[in-house]
Amino acid sequence: MVLTAVASLVAVPLVVFVLGPHLPPGKGTDQAAGQVTDNTVLTAVMTPFVCFILVFLAYSMIFFRRRGSEIEEGAAIRGNPRAQTAWIVITSATVLFFAGYGTWALLQSGSGGGQGHDPMSVPSGPKLAVQVIAQQWQFSYRYPSYGGLETSQLMLPANRLIELHVTSLDAVHSFWAYGLGVKADATLGADNVVFVNTRAPRPFDIHCAELCGLFHGYMFDKGGVVDASTFAAWIAKQREVFQAVARYMPAYATTYAPDPQRRAG
Amino acid sequence: MGYRIAAIVAGTAAIVAVLVWYVAGFLTIAPSAVASLTTKGAEPTAELTLQTVASLGSGYTQPTWVSYLVKDKNGKWQHSTIFTLPAHALVHVTVYQYDGNSGLRNPFLARPQGTVGDVMQVDGKTVDVVDPADASHTFAIAAYHLVVPLVGVGDNAKNQCDQAPCGLDKAHRTITFSFRTGGPGHYRWQCFVPCAAGFIYGFGGPMQSIGYMDGFLNVV
Amino acid sequence: MSTVSVPAERPPLLRRLVGFNLLTAVILAAVGYYAGWWLGHQITAPSLAYFADTSQDDVALFLAYTLGVVGFLVGIGLLNYPVSRMLGRPSSIHDLKEHQRTSWTRYISLCTDHKVVGLQYLIGIGFFIFLGGVNAMLIRFELLRPNPVFPPGQYLTLVGLHGTMMMGMMTSGILGPFGSYFLPLMIGSRRLAFPRLEALTFWLLMAGGVVLMSTVFYGGFPTGWTGYAPLNDQANMGMDAYIAFFALVGISMTLLAFNMLATVFTMRAPGLTWGRLPIFVWSIVATAGLNVLAAPVLVTTLTMVALDRTAQTGFFLSTQGGSQFLYENLFWFFGHPEVYILAIPGFGILLELLPVFARKPLWGYRLGVAGMLGVALMSFFVWQHHLFVSGINADLRPFYMLSTELISLPTGFIFLCALGTLWRGKIRYDVPMLFCLGWIFNFLIGGLSGVFLSDVPSDVTTHGSFFSMAHFHYTIVGGLIFTFFAAVYYWLPKMTAVELNQRLGKIHFWIMFISFNSTFAPLFAIGFLGQPRRVATYPSNLQFLNDWASVSAFVLGFSILIFLANLIWSLVIVRHPAEENPWHSKSLEWQVPTPVPSYDFERIPVIDSDPYPYGVERPPPAPIPAITPAGR
Repeated sequence: MVLTAVASLVAVPLVVFVLGPHLPPGKGTDQAAGQVTDNTVLTAVMTPFVCFILVFLAYSMIFFRRRGSEIEEGAAIRGNPRAQTAWIVITSATVLFFAGYGTWALLQSGSGGGQGHDPMSVPSGPKLAVQVIAQQWQFSYRYPSYGGLETSQLMLPANRLIELHVTSLDAVHSFWAYGLGVKADATLGADNVVFVNTRAPRPFDIHCAELCGLFHGYMFDKGGVVDASTFAAWIAKQREVFQAVARYMPAYATTYAPDPQRRAG
Repeated sequence: MGYRIAAIVAGTAAIVAVLVWYVAGFLTIAPSAVASLTTKGAEPTAELTLQTVASLGSGYTQPTWVSYLVKDKNGKWQHSTIFTLPAHALVHVTVYQYDGNSGLRNPFLARPQGTVGDVMQVDGKTVDVVDPADASHTFAIAAYHLVVPLVGVGDNAKNQCDQAPCGLDKAHRTITFSFRTGGPGHYRWQCFVPCAAGFIYGFGGPMQSIGYMDGFLNVV
Repeated sequence: MSTVSVPAERPPLLRRLVGFNLLTAVILAAVGYYAGWWLGHQITAPSLAYFADTSQDDVALFLAYTLGVVGFLVGIGLLNYPVSRMLGRPSSIHDLKEHQRTSWTRYISLCTDHKVVGLQYLIGIGFFIFLGGVNAMLIRFELLRPNPVFPPGQYLTLVGLHGTMMMGMMTSGILGPFGSYFLPLMIGSRRLAFPRLEALTFWLLMAGGVVLMSTVFYGGFPTGWTGYAPLNDQANMGMDAYIAFFALVGISMTLLAFNMLATVFTMRAPGLTWGRLPIFVWSIVATAGLNVLAAPVLVTTLTMVALDRTAQTGFFLSTQGGSQFLYENLFWFFGHPEVYILAIPGFGILLELLPVFARKPLWGYRLGVAGMLGVALMSFFVWQHHLFVSGINADLRPFYMLSTELISLPTGFIFLCALGTLWRGKIRYDVPMLFCLGWIFNFLIGGLSGVFLSDVPSDVTTHGSFFSMAHFHYTIVGGLIFTFFAAVYYWLPKMTAVELNQRLGKIHFWIMFISFNSTFAPLFAIGFLGQPRRVATYPSNLQFLNDWASVSAFVLGFSILIFLANLIWSLVIVRHPAEENPWHSKSLEWQVPTPVPSYDFERIPVIDSDPYPYGVERPPPAPIPAITPAGR
């Protein structure tokens, strides 16, 4: 017990102050920073359990080993109600804390996870809607507030609340913007909403995180959070490219039911 | 004892033989790379000539599948989608399109992008967009954000090609465009038109097989 | 005990080959396969016209697999008994003769002796797990460099074959070999409740393994072991092999579980009350309960996928009025209990072996039982934690977060029992004990890393990444496979009557333990740094960690070769006879003679104590009292 306490006293601060800042996914957005805090809290709370079990295990293995070569019998202890009760109480309390803390963190702003078409945690404030359209095998993006503009790259303005709508045109994909702390499955016919508060300008990686066929492993790209003026200039340039195809585009919608639907021929 | 050891040796040999076949006969099977015609210079240039066929026809492993073909240095058509291109070069691509229309799933890809001038030439005419419903295939390199929609041959065109490789006497469209390669690397390219007949969402079989509608660029 | 003696006869080779044996089974399987293939091609319909475009005839392949498996089972002789009974013939003496055969050929033919089936399971499952392991090596070979080595389609097949083979085979990895062999011995029964069913489950599983491997002839399958829609509908005919395999596994595990449950419920020896059941038997009960409730869902789901691929039902296609979410829900409703089907037998072996090597009674027996049953029950209420970011039922995420975290309570019971059993023991570090101690360390990491995945904010980054992959390898390889090896080293001397080399065993353990941790610990970091699962390419800054993991994985593979060398050396070359009870265990299965007689017990024992009468307080009672009427 004393050993466990000592080990925990050493290990917990190490986890919080040394390991914690390096835990993923960085502090690029409010949601990502929230995940870093969450990961740090989980690791810190679990550290004493690791210390307890490992210290206990090592102690037993060293001090309760058989000395001679003959078979010796140990002590015939069949249990200890107090130890059992204490263990149940402590682990239950920890687990309930985890669930409570996780729920609280989730309710803050959705933690960057896909929330379905009817999100339960909606951050307040003006939002910029951006749609992520997954298909085999690339992501493209639509900006409904800029005339339904579609682009092949994702750029977001800094220090804004972004409302991402993730959908798919075929298989199940998962939009994983690592540096944003965002992951949401893209499913045909479903709208998956994620909120993210961007911070300072920075590039971020995008991957597909759900096996979607041949080029799943190649479905990655780079996106960027940029300052407001760069964003405006980029949008203007994209609109020039987009102009030619605008008349063929379907109206912006949360999901698309593309043709051909069944067996193409 | 000798009998037992012989059995062990034979069993081990059998397992090793199966594993060797597994690796050599299944895991590593891929079309061989075809090099483009390259001209050296301040900016190297390369010529890449492709064709698409609605179905390969007899003599191929999958006679009913849609596919790309590429012309090698000797002017012969090869059934491969792995191309070797020079780095930092201007690549001129010619695609002879023998397949009919399927239509794009995402109409945005009807806009040529990532090519020189964000345009392409269809039968000699420069265009910056096609009707998404007219697209038969695309040639798209994700790493370069390059997309070229390839317009198809009309369904009522005469003299349709049904056996690869197709000659220029068959009904076809000619699409040309240019793009610049970056540094050396291994990049994938693919078709985005759901053109795999019979597969759900048009995206199985040839659409998920290297050598048909997907391939790689070895930029060296 | 009177035995019916059958005069030994040895007919000529040709005569022996004609009849119901493995050769006949393989021939009839081929006949059935081609018959199905032909039959399938006779079926035409306007809605199947698209087969002409795709060059894929799924109807023919499903029929080929079905009739091939039926032919195999007929050939091995599984229909002989029911057909002869249907024709009104009595159960023949042939059955008895089968039961008492001593020739090695009974291991490659239909045998209803639970001990033979146990060894068949061990060898058969071992073979397919070896193939799965080779695929793992090839996956790590691919990941040595950031650019692909194998073409992407084949790489996905590689990943899918590894995952599917391991998951499918290891579901029966403990219940099959050790459950079949030792469950009757541990509860004082001479057989399992349904011996023919037991043989059927084994041969179904083997047929399934061959079906899955046949996927390489049909273009492989791209979906990994989860087989999500609609990718499973787009896939080539290789997908049908996955569907047929998992369906066969599902049927096999359901029947196996019913058999185990019936045996435990009805065939316990006198005096073996529920409170005296060995903890390993409890783990079988818990696992079998999961099997019975979860596996049929898998079989149903896969049948629906097969119908989507052939009859175009569209259960899982949102454009046809179905739903991909339905597939995800159904799959994980099976899939999460499945991982506890893998884990719980490991708990059982751990708690069964610790008392033997610590020379103490099991600490907290009831807590351990509660832990296993609790895990089994709760595992049906957590499946949507696999779908936290999918957009399904987002409002239910706090519930699934709570239920998932609650499941760590019963798992914690197992840890407490294990640590309590070690406390003040006299621990011997024999090879089985080393593997059990390895479990404690590995499962600690595996279990606690699961907390990150159960917590929604943390899961956003870890879901679908190498982190979750490292997590379940820590629990399944570090948990189940380590206890599997503990069980092999512990029980194989009883099963084969031959001793295993302990020195090679220790070398195997240490190399495996170190290389296992060295392989999978970096994968947590790789996942944290953003590498998704099932990819053949990754950013070059992750190459060092990937190479580290790959090299460690090769060492891990090498440790398995040491184990195989030990098996061949000890079982085939040296063949040193094993002691009757080398571990001085007091449980019932060690009290029967070695080699175990075909009738198991001369007399059915009467049990008058708990199964762990170790420790110095009281003298151990004789486990098989002589004054017992032979019954049953």
